[in-house]
Amino acid sequence: MVIFQTFLTGTNQGLLWAIMAIGVYISYRILDFADLTVEGSFATGGATAGIIMTLCKDFVAKGPAQGIFISVIGLLVAMIAGGLAGLVTGLLNTKLKIAPILSGILTMTGLYSINMIIMGLAIKKPMSNLGLGMVGTLFSKAEEFMPISRNWIIFIIAVIVVAVVVGLLYWFFGTEVGSAMRATGNNERMAKAQGVSTQNSKILGLVLSNAFVGLSGALVTFQQSNASVTMGVGSIVAGLAAIIIGESIISGKFPFWARLLSIVLGSIIYRIIISFIYLAGVNSEYIKLLTAILVVLALSIPLIKEKISKMPRKPKKNAKGKDEPDDTARQDAIVDEYVGEDEARKDTDVLQTEDGADSAATEV
Amino acid sequence: MLELSGIHKTFNIGTVNEKKALIDLNLKVNEGDFITVIGGNGAGKSTMLNVIAGVFPPEQGVITLDGVNVTKMAEHRRAGMIGRVFQDPMVGTAGNMNIEENLALANRRGKFRGLGWGVKKSEKEFFKEKLKMLDLNLEDRMGTKVGLLSGGQRQALTLLMATLIKPKVLLLDEHTAALDPKTASKVLSLTEEITSKENITTVMITHNMKDAIKYGNRLIMMMGGTIIYDVAGEEKKNLTVNDLLAKFEQSSGGEFANDRMLLG
Repeated sequence: MVIFQTFLTGTNQGLLWAIMAIGVYISYRILDFADLTVEGSFATGGATAGIIMTLCKDFVAKGPAQGIFISVIGLLVAMIAGGLAGLVTGLLNTKLKIAPILSGILTMTGLYSINMIIMGLAIKKPMSNLGLGMVGTLFSKAEEFMPISRNWIIFIIAVIVVAVVVGLLYWFFGTEVGSAMRATGNNERMAKAQGVSTQNSKILGLVLSNAFVGLSGALVTFQQSNASVTMGVGSIVAGLAAIIIGESIISGKFPFWARLLSIVLGSIIYRIIISFIYLAGVNSEYIKLLTAILVVLALSIPLIKEKISKMPRKPKKNAKGKDEPDDTARQDAIVDEYVGEDEARKDTDVLQTEDGADSAATEV
Repeated sequence: MLELSGIHKTFNIGTVNEKKALIDLNLKVNEGDFITVIGGNGAGKSTMLNVIAGVFPPEQGVITLDGVNVTKMAEHRRAGMIGRVFQDPMVGTAGNMNIEENLALANRRGKFRGLGWGVKKSEKEFFKEKLKMLDLNLEDRMGTKVGLLSGGQRQALTLLMATLIKPKVLLLDEHTAALDPKTASKVLSLTEEITSKENITTVMITHNMKDAIKYGNRLIMMMGGTIIYDVAGEEKKNLTVNDLLAKFEQSSGGEFANDRMLLG
């Protein structure tokens, strides 16, 4: 039972944080913009949603329907607040020509104060923490409606929200504006030559990305009945972990919606792993270090694979020879796997491919 | 049609690396002209095309395109009137997007981009027909990522994209220099075919003097940031590589034996 509960809470967390990971995917993978705003805008989303619940607590107390109504407003305002944070980063980068990473860091740093101001609006004094235990949240209010446990309610709502987000983005990146945004991230010179305003594309992409990050922050705040100024710390790495785990699950030719779902799946797997690490009694302070190491390993795998594939290879029969030491056999197996993939890719797509290697490396 | 008057462009102004790339450049391109541009490294050929395309503004001078003063117009706004193919085959197309998506992007050059579909069903037939013209069997591979194509195929596709919506002027910046000779000549003949069929005003930089003579109705030679020789019509047709070399040597005072142009 404990195991199952851990799975369920892990899945729930994974779903709620997946929306943040999708936001990171938009900036990091589609726009090719390493946006650190996320660490701040996640908390901004949580702070905004939290303060709206707190400020409207009398209305929320009237009943579950009122509570849910205000919660939904809170989610929407959190998205807007996150989007505004993205807008600032976008303007810093495109109009003031500040480098992407620095633009994000500047916004993130500024948000640290802003988030405290937001959370302190009810008592007119900056606060680093905002509890919602007394006020209630979307999930606690929904619990009063439905005869199922809190975890299942979170699960159902999270699945719905994630489905809407994935559907929306799948549609959006198929539109003219969405295509222009993808082209901007892929090849800025080409995009400009085809009449795309790459500045607008970047700004809009960052707004979109951080709006989802804000939404995710708000949902996580509702789930843990608490917003704090540090809740976004490490979220970039968590988002990357979800993206990379997702990409390792599906690689090669997949439609865009499957890529988005792979991030959701990656986020769920990541959170389940963390839930079990907690269950095993590991101090929560260590988790971020573990995550960072995990992401470093995951990011370096392509490079390691390439290094290995460039090493002089022994003839195949040697690798299968029984008196070979284990290590070499494993290494060769990796090489075979890699080369196999490469050849398969060529087989499907070559007529006159000459620079397949270049594209394989840069595929989104 | 396209007119550059008194264009000055200097890079790294006020530093030790200051480089005057264009000095009082004047050029009047007539409707339907196909101009080939030759000149040594650093002559200002690419800078001239970039100034026309709006990659960077000139310090002085005026650029008018079809009666509109575009000197200060942003690059992406100008793009609606200008088709471009670059030297590097990777630059002209988006490698992570497939052929039809690339064409669809080009098909909206200079138009408003809204929330309609990025690739419309009705466009696909049109793209197929256009791709058939290239004779590279790309019409059967519309869903293939452009990154999987060869350099020559990408360059041919870029050329198609640059002319999909008829541009007021087509700028070709040594677009065959990175290709092997066979592919280069194929892309060049495609260029000839497309531009003459649709009567597209073209400015083409080349390092190959034979090509510069063979293609187009007008030839200009640049040196030190300005035009030193401008020839058209019969006179241009009768030019030989030796004439050009002599012209070059005469203008540069004989110091050009090492230049890449000789290889052409």
